[in-house]
Amino acid sequence: MEINILIGGAAGQGMDTVMNLLGKALVREGYGLIYTKDYMSRVRGGHNFSRLRIASGTPWTTIEAIDILVALNEETYKTHKDNLLPTGRVIYDPGLFLLPDHEKRAVPVELEKLAKEAGGAIMANTVAVGALLVLIGLPPVAVEKLLHEVFSSKKGVAEQNIKALKKGYEAAAEYCSACFVLPPKERQSKRLFIEGNQVLGMAALASGCRFLSAYPMTPATGILNYLAAKSKSYPVVVEQAEDEIAAINMALGASYAGVRALTVTSGGGFSLMVEGLSLAGMTETPLVVVVAMRPGPATGLPTRSEQGDLSFVLHAGHGEFPRAVLSATSHEDAFYRLNKAFELADRFQIPVIFLSDQNFADTHRSVEPFDFSRLGYNRHLVGEKDIQKPYRRYLLTEDGISPRMIPGVAEGEVVLVDSDEHDEKGHIIEDAATRVRMVNKRMNKLTALAEEMDEPDLYGDPHPQKLLVGWGSNYGVLREAVNNLAALGVKVALLHFSDLWPLPQKRLLELAGRVKQLYCVENNATGQLAALIRRETGLAIDRLILKYDGRPFMPHEIVGEVEKNA
Amino acid sequence: MLSEKDYLVGDTAWCPGCGNFAIREALAGALAELKIEPHRLLICSGIGQAAKIPHYIKANGFNGLHGRALPPALGAKVANKELTVIVESGDGDSYGEGGNHFIHNIRRNPNIAHLIHNNQIYGLTKGQASPTSDPGMVTGVQTGGVVTPALNPLALALVLGAGFVARCFSGEQEHLKATIKAAIDFPGYALVDILQPCISFNKVNTYGWYKKRVYFPEVSDREDWDAALKLAREWGEQIPLGIIYFKPRPTFEDALQVLEGEPLAFRNFKPQELSALQDEFR
Repeated sequence: MEINILIGGAAGQGMDTVMNLLGKALVREGYGLIYTKDYMSRVRGGHNFSRLRIASGTPWTTIEAIDILVALNEETYKTHKDNLLPTGRVIYDPGLFLLPDHEKRAVPVELEKLAKEAGGAIMANTVAVGALLVLIGLPPVAVEKLLHEVFSSKKGVAEQNIKALKKGYEAAAEYCSACFVLPPKERQSKRLFIEGNQVLGMAALASGCRFLSAYPMTPATGILNYLAAKSKSYPVVVEQAEDEIAAINMALGASYAGVRALTVTSGGGFSLMVEGLSLAGMTETPLVVVVAMRPGPATGLPTRSEQGDLSFVLHAGHGEFPRAVLSATSHEDAFYRLNKAFELADRFQIPVIFLSDQNFADTHRSVEPFDFSRLGYNRHLVGEKDIQKPYRRYLLTEDGISPRMIPGVAEGEVVLVDSDEHDEKGHIIEDAATRVRMVNKRMNKLTALAEEMDEPDLYGDPHPQKLLVGWGSNYGVLREAVNNLAALGVKVALLHFSDLWPLPQKRLLELAGRVKQLYCVENNATGQLAALIRRETGLAIDRLILKYDGRPFMPHEIVGEVEKNA
Repeated sequence: MLSEKDYLVGDTAWCPGCGNFAIREALAGALAELKIEPHRLLICSGIGQAAKIPHYIKANGFNGLHGRALPPALGAKVANKELTVIVESGDGDSYGEGGNHFIHNIRRNPNIAHLIHNNQIYGLTKGQASPTSDPGMVTGVQTGGVVTPALNPLALALVLGAGFVARCFSGEQEHLKATIKAAIDFPGYALVDILQPCISFNKVNTYGWYKKRVYFPEVSDREDWDAALKLAREWGEQIPLGIIYFKPRPTFEDALQVLEGEPLAFRNFKPQELSALQDEFR
């Protein structure tokens, strides 16, 4: 039992407002949902849409089939009418455009006219929310409280919106009241309605991140916005850098001087940061970089999604140095895993890259509240009492990790870091023996780092014949594909990577020997995880299921590909 | 108490006779007189001969990437506002590769002293033109002579709103020391462009060339921006030295209320304390 809603219109028509109101109201009522965005790189016009799926057990992905289509313009109707189920309904404004006579699914609601009656055309979206409520059988009161909260600072605005909401509700009720049945509520009703970027911003702040320097770039900007909003009331400084080169170098300076620091960007910006990443490697300065992927090369498709930068972040930066690369399966996982990124960066004194993508960054989901006590804040810093004098920042140790002191804590002792090859004290050297010792020291960290990598998550048939391998934000859609395939009698499981580098191999190698077919499912054109697996393990993936049109997978696309190869 | 020579450490890799030595001594003298303890001092630099300075002065040092001395300095200042932060690098590093950071940090106005060893040539890469090379200078790359007009760092800084703009000459060491002291004490971004000969590669702008031209103008009102701009544009037969503009304005740090109190780097933290962050999503 589920309801799938799609709302579409031109950029600037306020689809987000509708989804945010309805989504939050539903989550408060105890329903499980996911809400994804598909938008163009423009501020006005074009065709943007959002999908909302309400289902029991909290859906993991949105699907193509539509129960309720809210068409704020004619293009939306034309683009999506074929995916609107025969039993579906389309809400539209007959004052703006008319549907063909044979369209029996029509729910005409004069959005603009009713909004004007309530106090202003700007509230047309609120009218639409009202219409949606009646179709799914939810009383207006569910949204009224929310409107009071949203407009608490603007006198009378909440009341006007409530009026608009009720007008939409009443108008649509004439055509269809509760014709879609909501799924059973989740048992836990105190869920959060939260977007991927908000999860990452909150995780950074709760990990003790004190400094974020970044240059705005879709789809990472939401993290910048989140932390900037918090910087008024929490001890975090957010600086918009003049470019990404400045962003990463500022973050390194802040980290060197003692705080947890973060920078966020997408592929193009990360390209500019690459020399700085190498500097983090050489100076052994902890740093977390969130790379929210979008399709490249160059400017690519700025507002769309891809997993095209795995190979890039694995190899980015001249020279050889240790790094970790993490991604996340879900909103829940991302919260704890970004904290892990900070923990690893501090413990190993390395750069850690967290791979997100538009598909994760812009997606809202209803999730259980997070457990903040599970987050770590272990800085691995030493003070005056712990050090041998004179202090040597790059003291040679067995595991390659030198006791790290920050400047200003020990009288007479200084902390020198250098991008040139250096000796234990950080001074420039050119002799061969020291060079080799320092390379070995840095690379030695990989041994212990590899032990910290989580094995991929296994989901589905315990004795699969087919194994789908995936990573990052594709987890939800792959789960659903596995469920759908299992329903068709296919013995299939999903092996899904969150931690990517150093590549955890144990579970993959164990399973690979027991299955008949290995698939790698990735949002890129070349199968970058498959290539990494082959390079690291020698294991050849039998089939690649790839999608690189800038849109995330839909479950039926994966099911179709697997069935084709049955 | 530390003396000038206590700050002088390491084996320098500079050519004998290089202007860098005088600048280093002037800096050490300034630090001693200001009684800045090495562990509370941070010198950030990029790459180049001048950028080796963190290895030759007893201080915390962040010897980073070419052109990128200012960004880590800003980040470090945010993390620990109690550090005295000096950025010291050459003309290629600060005005060429790092030009964008030069522009935007003047706008930000962090409390950082920026000392630029300006020898009008690239030394480490062996003699190519720098942004401040005068037209006509022939090098192995600019074989027909430099054709691009030289960048004027003082005028640029003034136009961008810098509150402290000074020019020095490595051959006027006492004046240099006094100016560095004033720059460190200045609340905000302070630019000290230090002319120095490169004895190996710059055969035009020699010690004698500078010595003949530099002079100390009378500056009656250091807050007179128009007069400062006029001095900044004076170059050729006569080159004025000194603090040509001095007018504090609110700093980058002043605007960050969160920096009040203990430095960010030393504040304690427990993630559990922030669990109320998720309430807005309910």
